Amino acid sequence: MGMAAAEWKFHVLAVDDSLVDRKLIERLLQKSSCQVTTVDSGYKALEFLGLRQGIESNDTTALSLSPQEANLIITDYCMPGMTGYDLLKKLKESSALKNIPVVIMSSENVPARISRCLEEGAEEFFLKPVRLADLNKLKPHMMKTKLKNQKLEEIETPSDDENGTVAAVEPEIKDSVEMEIIKMLPLQSETEPKRVLLQVVQQEEQMLSNNKRKSMEQGLSTDRPRPSLEGIATAV
Amino acid sequence: GYFSETQVKPSPKETKRQLCLSLSLSISVSSLHSLSLYPMDAHVAQLQMQYRNYILSLYQQGFLDDQFTELKSLQDDGTPDFVAEVLSLFFDDCVKLVGNMARALDQTGTVDFSQVGANVHQLKGSSSSVGAKRVKGLCINFKELCEAKNYEGCVRCLQQVDIEYKTLKAKLQDMFNLEKQIVQAGGIVPQVDIN
Repeated sequence: MGMAAAEWKFHVLAVDDSLVDRKLIERLLQKSSCQVTTVDSGYKALEFLGLRQGIESNDTTALSLSPQEANLIITDYCMPGMTGYDLLKKLKESSALKNIPVVIMSSENVPARISRCLEEGAEEFFLKPVRLADLNKLKPHMMKTKLKNQKLEEIETPSDDENGTVAAVEPEIKDSVEMEIIKMLPLQSETEPKRVLLQVVQQEEQMLSNNKRKSMEQGLSTDRPRPSLEGIATAV
Repeated sequence: GYFSETQVKPSPKETKRQLCLSLSLSISVSSLHSLSLYPMDAHVAQLQMQYRNYILSLYQQGFLDDQFTELKSLQDDGTPDFVAEVLSLFFDDCVKLVGNMARALDQTGTVDFSQVGANVHQLKGSSSSVGAKRVKGLCINFKELCEAKNYEGCVRCLQQVDIEYKTLKAKLQDMFNLEKQIVQAGGIVPQVDIN
C-alpha cells in the first residue's frame, strides 16, 4: 500500500453562521480524526466547492479550475440568506456535487423540517448541541470513502498476489456498507435503504470507469495527498 | 481578564522548583501546611478540593449543564485552551447580541420584535452550545416575550440576561484562576465527576 493511505484524512466542510458553533463543530470533527474546513455561509460553502455564483449548478463547467474537495458537508439549518436547506438543494442539483453526503444540524426539533431535509437527500439530521457521540453516525461514510480510496490504490498497483484478493474484497465491502447504511437511516421507510444501497453500488461501479473523467473535471488539488490515478488512466 | 489573554502555562516541574525556592517568602501557603513534610502536595490537594467544590456548586446552582461537561471532555493536552477560547467567543457574542437587542428595544417608533427575536435565537443557540444553562433558560422566556410583543417584559428580560451572562463570566474566571493556581502549585487540574 502507498503512503497516501496513511496520510489521507476524511475532509469535512462545516457550515454555520455562529462562531461559537463553528469552533465547537471543528473541535468535534478534529477529535473524530477528520480534516475540517469551516465557513460561515452557504454561499462560501459553494464557493469553496467550486461552484461559481450565478452559474447554473447543472452546468459541469460551473466548477472553477481548482475546487476544493470535501468528503462530507455538515451544515446548520437556520442561517441568514441561504439556509441549510437551500444549500442542500443546490448541492443535490449539482451533478458534480450531489454525491457528497450532507448532514443538517438544527437547534430546533421540528419533525416537518427533519423529514423535509431527509427527503431532499440529507443523510442525517443532528439536533444541537452536537455531541461527539452523534459524529459516530458519520463513521460509515468515513469507512466507505476510506475503502474507496484503498481500492483505488489496490487497482493502481496491480500485482499477481492482489488480483485475486481485489475481487474477494468487493463483496465484503458492499455487505458492511449495506449494514452500516441501514443502521444509519432509522427514519426512512423500508424501501429507502434499498434505494440508497443501489445508489452506493452504482457509485462503486461507476467510480472505476469515471475516475479519469473525474480527475480532469475536478482538477484535483495537488496540496492534499491523493492516490495517483495515472495508473488507471493507462490501464483503461 | 482571563478570556482575552493567551496564557502560557509554565511546566509543573519548573513552577514547583520556583515555588520551593520561594517557599520561605511565600505568603500563599497556609500556616498549617508550611510545617508538614510535603507542603506542596497538601497545598495542591487543598486547591484541588476547592476547585472540585466550586465546579460542583456551579452545576448545582444551575449555572452550567452537561454541555459544559462535553466541552471539557473535548479539551486535551494538545488543545489545553479550547474551553477558554470557546467561552471567550461566547462572551463576545453576549456583548454583541445584548447590544443589538438594547438598540432594537430603544427605538422611539415601533419596536421590531422579530429583530429582537432573531438576536435572542442566536444567543439561545450559543448559550446552549457552551452549557450556559441560566442564560439559555432566560433566552427561552425572552423568545416568548418577543413573540407576544411584550415590550416591558422584553426590557426586563434583557436586563436579566445582561446580569446573568456577566455573573457567569465572573464565576468562570474564578474557575480558571483556580486551575492556574493548581498548575502553579505543581498539581494537575482534576476531572470533576458531576454525577
